[in-house]
Amino acid sequence: MNQMIENASPGLWALAWRRLRADRIAMGALAVVLLFLLSVLLSSTGLVAADWEDEVAVNYAPPSFVGPDPALAALARPPAPVPPNAFDPLAADLSALKAELAQKGHAAQAVKAATLPFGADKWGHDILKKTIKGGQTSIVVGLVAALVAVALGTLFGAISGFYGGKVDDLFNWFYSIFTSIPSILMILTVAAVLQTRGVLTIVLILGLTGWTGPYRLIRAEYIKHKAREYVMAADAIGASGWRRMFSHILPNVSHVALVQMSILVVGFIKAEVILSFLGFGVPVGTVSWGSMLNEAQNELILGKWWQLAAAASAMAVLVTAFSLFADALRDALDPKLK
Amino acid sequence: MFAYILRRLWQMLPTMAGVVVLVFVLFNWVGGDPSYLLAGKMADAQAIAGIRAQLGLDQPWYVQLGIFVKQILTFDFGNAWSTGEPVSHILATRLGPSLTVLVPLTVLETLIGIALALAIAFVRGSLTDRLVMVACTVGMSISILVYIIVFQYGLAYKLGLFPVQGWGDHFLENLLRYATLPILIGLAVSVAPTLRLFRSFVLDEAGQDYVRTARAKGLSERRIVWVHVLRNAAIPIITYVMANLPALLIGAFLLERFFGIPGIGREVILAVERSDFPVIKAITVYVAAATMVFNLLADLMYQAVDPRVQLK
Repeated sequence: MNQMIENASPGLWALAWRRLRADRIAMGALAVVLLFLLSVLLSSTGLVAADWEDEVAVNYAPPSFVGPDPALAALARPPAPVPPNAFDPLAADLSALKAELAQKGHAAQAVKAATLPFGADKWGHDILKKTIKGGQTSIVVGLVAALVAVALGTLFGAISGFYGGKVDDLFNWFYSIFTSIPSILMILTVAAVLQTRGVLTIVLILGLTGWTGPYRLIRAEYIKHKAREYVMAADAIGASGWRRMFSHILPNVSHVALVQMSILVVGFIKAEVILSFLGFGVPVGTVSWGSMLNEAQNELILGKWWQLAAAASAMAVLVTAFSLFADALRDALDPKLK
Repeated sequence: MFAYILRRLWQMLPTMAGVVVLVFVLFNWVGGDPSYLLAGKMADAQAIAGIRAQLGLDQPWYVQLGIFVKQILTFDFGNAWSTGEPVSHILATRLGPSLTVLVPLTVLETLIGIALALAIAFVRGSLTDRLVMVACTVGMSISILVYIIVFQYGLAYKLGLFPVQGWGDHFLENLLRYATLPILIGLAVSVAPTLRLFRSFVLDEAGQDYVRTARAKGLSERRIVWVHVLRNAAIPIITYVMANLPALLIGAFLLERFFGIPGIGREVILAVERSDFPVIKAITVYVAAATMVFNLLADLMYQAVDPRVQLK
């Protein structure tokens, strides 16, 4: 008896973690992803980049490694004080406002920086801070939307695969409706119908249109597991349908859902960037990598390349790392016998 | 064969009905009342009521659904709300430019994808293979927006090799002058995911027994890959290409928007920006129908490519 316990094989997750740890590329990718998630955490709690909207530099300040732009030197100096004008009707209001601002602690006309570590955009916002804050928006949208899509897909797939029959037919009908409309068109249609813009809207749109992939895979898994002995044993001891679905079978198919979720996160981050670029994504006050690319398009003609480089490279690094990690996770959880 | 086609068309009806109901629910229920939008600022109650009567929004929902179904069957969705152009005219005139970009793009993309995947199959498992796969992953992570912005700035604006934007009147001029850069960018964006996918199809086939038999018989590697493996890998390739065609019609919307090509994708973006419901409804319903028809075409093509396939 003791020997049996000693020789008990490790479970699915322990084996998968062992395989994942042996893959060095996957560990590197995981480190990069965790770094981005840490930046999301820091930025959402306000510890980092909370002041991204402060206009701390001259317009289009170049990055520090390029050097200051001599043409903008005049803007870096604080403006010369305006000589008093006895006929100014707003003089009293302006001085009252200045006194109020000074009271609240805002320095009057601080010196604007001529260069920043990665440059500034049209209004003098720090590009690095914008990239971090924008990353927070894009990554949170991707994660939450993927969670919604996988949750919906798993729920529908479980019910459909487990019960079969008419219920299965109904959900298959929904599935064929949603897959006959291309997802981009579905997303744009729902964006047109929901007039409000916002992070919640994008999450809903992406989640409600992206459930079809997980649905198909989870349904196939449930059909496979429904006939297994442990489910029949659970039925024999009187477990109800829901209990069998979610307490007994779900832990055995959760690795499929996990892999689907990591694949969807990548797709949804890319979709959010495109939506925000077109103006159907985040509202005007929020920054996202998509809105940065939107501004970058016009700046490039003026020769200002730093916002494009920052947003594009941050996104490329994250998506590459996440894709590599998702591939490695899938291989670790379900290695194909060669 | 004819019976099979009839049966498939009959099976499409419930799905098509579901799409119509979904679009109807989205636009007439979730979308709210558009008469306020259309009446413009400073509209009085009479104008709003008039517009509502004109659009048929004061009728009960089953009458509105009936009107919608009639519109789909007669291809007459009325006029676009923002420009007043008949929706059927919009669809008919925008299809041409979309196809001028789409058809060469799909053909080139498939051919290049197949050629590269087969070339990679020769060196499978080697360092070259792994490096190419990593390059594909990196290529896929760069957003299509970056490709478009950089290529348009570099090749068109700075170097002047292509026009920055625009569309002409004559088909050949459009194809050779205006469509070249968008097609180039489309190829650059699609080569990475296509190569990855086609490579997995080809490698699935290359591991089969018949390939080992062919090699044992003494056939050259070139013949094995180009004649035997390709024929069997063609089925998943056809599935992928045919399934992506309707999506590509809309998916080229970014290219159309950046380059000012008056195509269907650009119309969708404009309609969404202006809340122009008839245009969006019409395009959604017809693209859904096109997707189902293309799936049927793909199944028919399977039988042409693989005589063992029995369509039942």
